[in-house]
Amino acid sequence: MRTIHVEEISGAVARLVVEANTVLGEDMLRSFDRALARESSPAGRSVLIMLQDNARISREEGAAYCQDTGFAIAFVELGSEVHIAGGTLQQAIDGGVRRGYTQGFLRASIVQDPLYGRKNTGDNTPAVVHIEQVPGDHLRITMMAKGGGCENRSQFKMLKPSDGLPGVMDFIVGCIANAGPDACPPLIAGVGIGGTFEKAALLSKQALLRELGSPNPDPKLDELEKQALERANKLGIGPQGYGGDTTALAVHIQTYPCHIASLPVAVTIECHAHRHKHVEL
Amino acid sequence: MPTGKASAPGTSPASAQRKPVRPPLSDAAVAELRAGDLVAITGVLYTARDAAHARLIAALDAGQPLPFDVKGQIIYYVGPTPPHPGEVIGSAGPTTGGRMDAYAPRLLALGLKGMIGKGYRNAAVKEALKVHKAIYFGAVGGAGAYLRKHIVKVEMIAYEELGTEAVRRLEVVDFPAIVINDCYGGDLYAAGQKQYQRA
Repeated sequence: MRTIHVEEISGAVARLVVEANTVLGEDMLRSFDRALARESSPAGRSVLIMLQDNARISREEGAAYCQDTGFAIAFVELGSEVHIAGGTLQQAIDGGVRRGYTQGFLRASIVQDPLYGRKNTGDNTPAVVHIEQVPGDHLRITMMAKGGGCENRSQFKMLKPSDGLPGVMDFIVGCIANAGPDACPPLIAGVGIGGTFEKAALLSKQALLRELGSPNPDPKLDELEKQALERANKLGIGPQGYGGDTTALAVHIQTYPCHIASLPVAVTIECHAHRHKHVEL
Repeated sequence: MPTGKASAPGTSPASAQRKPVRPPLSDAAVAELRAGDLVAITGVLYTARDAAHARLIAALDAGQPLPFDVKGQIIYYVGPTPPHPGEVIGSAGPTTGGRMDAYAPRLLALGLKGMIGKGYRNAAVKEALKVHKAIYFGAVGGAGAYLRKHIVKVEMIAYEELGTEAVRRLEVVDFPAIVINDCYGGDLYAAGQKQYQRA
């Protein structure tokens, strides 16, 4: 059994949330380059160029890429041979979020109660924590900073099995169309298909973590992703909704076995401020 | 020459040819702006988003004065990150305008001339822009690090306890924006999507 103390985890998480918010991934930068190469709208091109500048300024000056520094979501792979000492994983991660957001000049965007008072917690806690147990003695933590504007456009639908592939495709593209300018396009759609109500939603978030531009390991899903992306980019919404060829940068799909009665589909809408970093302890 | 049509976004001038906008804005200044126009705003903006708008409207309901006179002014829908030491403001891009739809017509009736945000406005807001001669500008959502460099001074005006959602007075120089909805019913979102939509 390997012991990892919560303090070590908190320190790592604090570093991750700051890095995620100030250093946009290389895969995102390459996706901006690809978008710029095909974008025909002058207004759309000017947006993409500003986003490239924004990423550079953010990285060089340590300034948050977007002022909405997000809901902190943790995806944890917890080795079966690991013992967490000194507290729970939730406490460890919240400690890191508190430190990272307050000391890293990131915005506190979480209110304590969704209905009554909506008072800001002041330090962006609590985090949303997803834990998966895996074989081995390692602990891998991925921290995502999820913006509110795009999250507000995420959707879920229980399709009928008879709706099949065409139904799934229409729903994905419909979600991107519905998101429109509100969700800060160019967008990324994370899609979870199968499982149960909550499993599909979680899959749709996990799907976002795959490297942009990399093929889906399943050739059938890879083809589905390409078709969905092509249809999304025919919508004409374009960068920031000013009109153009780049409404979405990618569609990522993950699936899970499901009930004979069901075809659940969840679509997480993610903006171009697609921020996530990981560490292995 | 009001036509109610947005100029084609593809013909917008390059960034070097942005139209200057200098608040406070008159009806005549508003009348010069068309959906799709790229603009550079220099002067004063007031920040307010969800919680601040709720308080502004509550003040009006209670017959109390607003913390600043909205006449001729532009409100920027933004909740900035905290500033680094030595800087006036942190990252400061726009938030979704539609969440302020419930409040905006009331402020436009009092003489507010502009709002900066991102995303669709509802029919009531677009109608109020026509009736009261005002503009909905878009700034590039998510470009917070970039946009903050156009903000040169920040002063706390009201509701400091709201933190990022407090009302601040910003001084901006050549702040880049685009006209989404003009006072003629022109709508860049509708025109742009129509122009680039493929079957």
